[in-house]
Amino acid sequence: MNTRLRAAALAPAAALMIATVGVPFAVLAAYAFQSRGAYGGVVPPWTLENWQRLADPLYLGILLRSFFVAAVSTALCLVMAFPLAMAITRSGRWKNLLLALVMLPFWTSLLIRTYAWMFLLRDTGLINSLLLKAGLINEPLPLLYNWGAVVLGLVYAHLPFMVLPLYAALERQEPHLLEAAADLGARDWQAFWRITLPLAAPGIRAGILLVFIPCLGTYLIPDLLGGGKTILAGTLIQNQFTAARDWPFGAAVSLALMAAVLVLLWLEARRREEPLL
Amino acid sequence: MKRTLAASAVLLYAFLHAPLLVLAMFSFNQGRFTVWEGFSLRWYEEAWRDARLVEAAANSLWIAATATLLATVAGTLCAYGLWKRESRMLMTALSVSLVTPEIVTGIALLALFQWLFRYAGLQLGLHTVILAHVSFCLAFVVLVVLARLRTMDAALEEAAMDLGAREWEAFLRVTLPNLLPAVLSAALLAFTISFDDYVITSLVAGVDTETLPMVLYAMARRGGSPVVNAISTVIVVLLGAGILLAEGLRKKP
Repeated sequence: MNTRLRAAALAPAAALMIATVGVPFAVLAAYAFQSRGAYGGVVPPWTLENWQRLADPLYLGILLRSFFVAAVSTALCLVMAFPLAMAITRSGRWKNLLLALVMLPFWTSLLIRTYAWMFLLRDTGLINSLLLKAGLINEPLPLLYNWGAVVLGLVYAHLPFMVLPLYAALERQEPHLLEAAADLGARDWQAFWRITLPLAAPGIRAGILLVFIPCLGTYLIPDLLGGGKTILAGTLIQNQFTAARDWPFGAAVSLALMAAVLVLLWLEARRREEPLL
Repeated sequence: MKRTLAASAVLLYAFLHAPLLVLAMFSFNQGRFTVWEGFSLRWYEEAWRDARLVEAAANSLWIAATATLLATVAGTLCAYGLWKRESRMLMTALSVSLVTPEIVTGIALLALFQWLFRYAGLQLGLHTVILAHVSFCLAFVVLVVLARLRTMDAALEEAAMDLGAREWEAFLRVTLPNLLPAVLSAALLAFTISFDDYVITSLVAGVDTETLPMVLYAMARRGGSPVVNAISTVIVVLLGAGILLAEGLRKKP
């Protein structure tokens, strides 16, 4: 094989990855160990102070809250996606259409899908308008700008990430297994708990990862649906680089978040025979 | 069991699609408020007459087109090189770029640009946005094209070379034509991701450059208006059509 051609083919992508992934992370790493300048820049001396601040209850609380919100959203996605994936597996010739319908909103636009919920939930939104008109309430319910709205937005945006790996895992299952279980006297729910669910485990793990990781680093959804009142790790990072102008600390939070993501990926990659990507 | 499944599937499809359908429906509403007052295209006209929106849309189209072209060329070549022989390091870099939260990507690039510009008198603008977009689109292109290459028979290219073609000729005349549907599908995906991005773009755009998602975001944060519904509807319909087209192309053998 001609290695010069291969090298030439890889060169542009490799250069781009070095320039826009390698170097920026090196810059962030260098920032994370320095101090904040008087006007917001990054200045020596080198210090571990930014990392110690991560253990401050205020910031630790935000990071733990990010994990918690991501975990709740992931659990809800799993509970909702499982019946959906099962229904698609058993839908016969409608399978491809139903799969495409799961994918379609996912490919449109995160910003617009999030705005759609603002449109439904705000004080003058559709839900409140209808309830007011029906006389069920006298003043608008506070549906938007709270944690419930944030979790709803996260579940809505990431549901397809859960459905697809679950579908792939369920699709591979032998239907005869369920028939055999029924012949041997198992009820539907027994067959579900003891056959369908255990065999779907790899799909469940992949789905959890695919939903949990983006939820952990989310910025746009809590910013729009939480209205600035719901601070998560992403919001904290953005804030350090804009309003607070504390780049070294922002860099440390970014790297901590990145480390969490990579550890989760690594743990899963170790268990799998086939590569994750 | 069967009926429970069907019922929950119907509910979940409603959950997935109703918000966008309702959003689109009220873009055709005569009135400003969320009460149906009759059909009208006034919000579309208003969007079209808004110079700031039109300029932002033009910026977004230009950024997405340029970034797509560059990312597709670099990504296709990269996938081809990786298909010939894996490179753990490059694959790792691409995977990292794929899983990095958007806010971290944006901050890291912003830190890089600020650090560079301290030594060179450059500024943030369209060019930094395009570079950022090429960067985050690249991994998606490589993923899509590499998946297609892995289903292809390497013997075809070897046969071409046995018959006297040079390696690059074999690539251009045998492999690339077979790969074209996947390349087009990757390009459409890159376009969608680029056109839609708000978080990274807003960080590296500087003060003078505005894209459509940035304007929409600002409008949404101020509480929104039916104009946002109208633009959203146009974007969803166009991008949705593009993605369906890409899926159709990718499925072709």
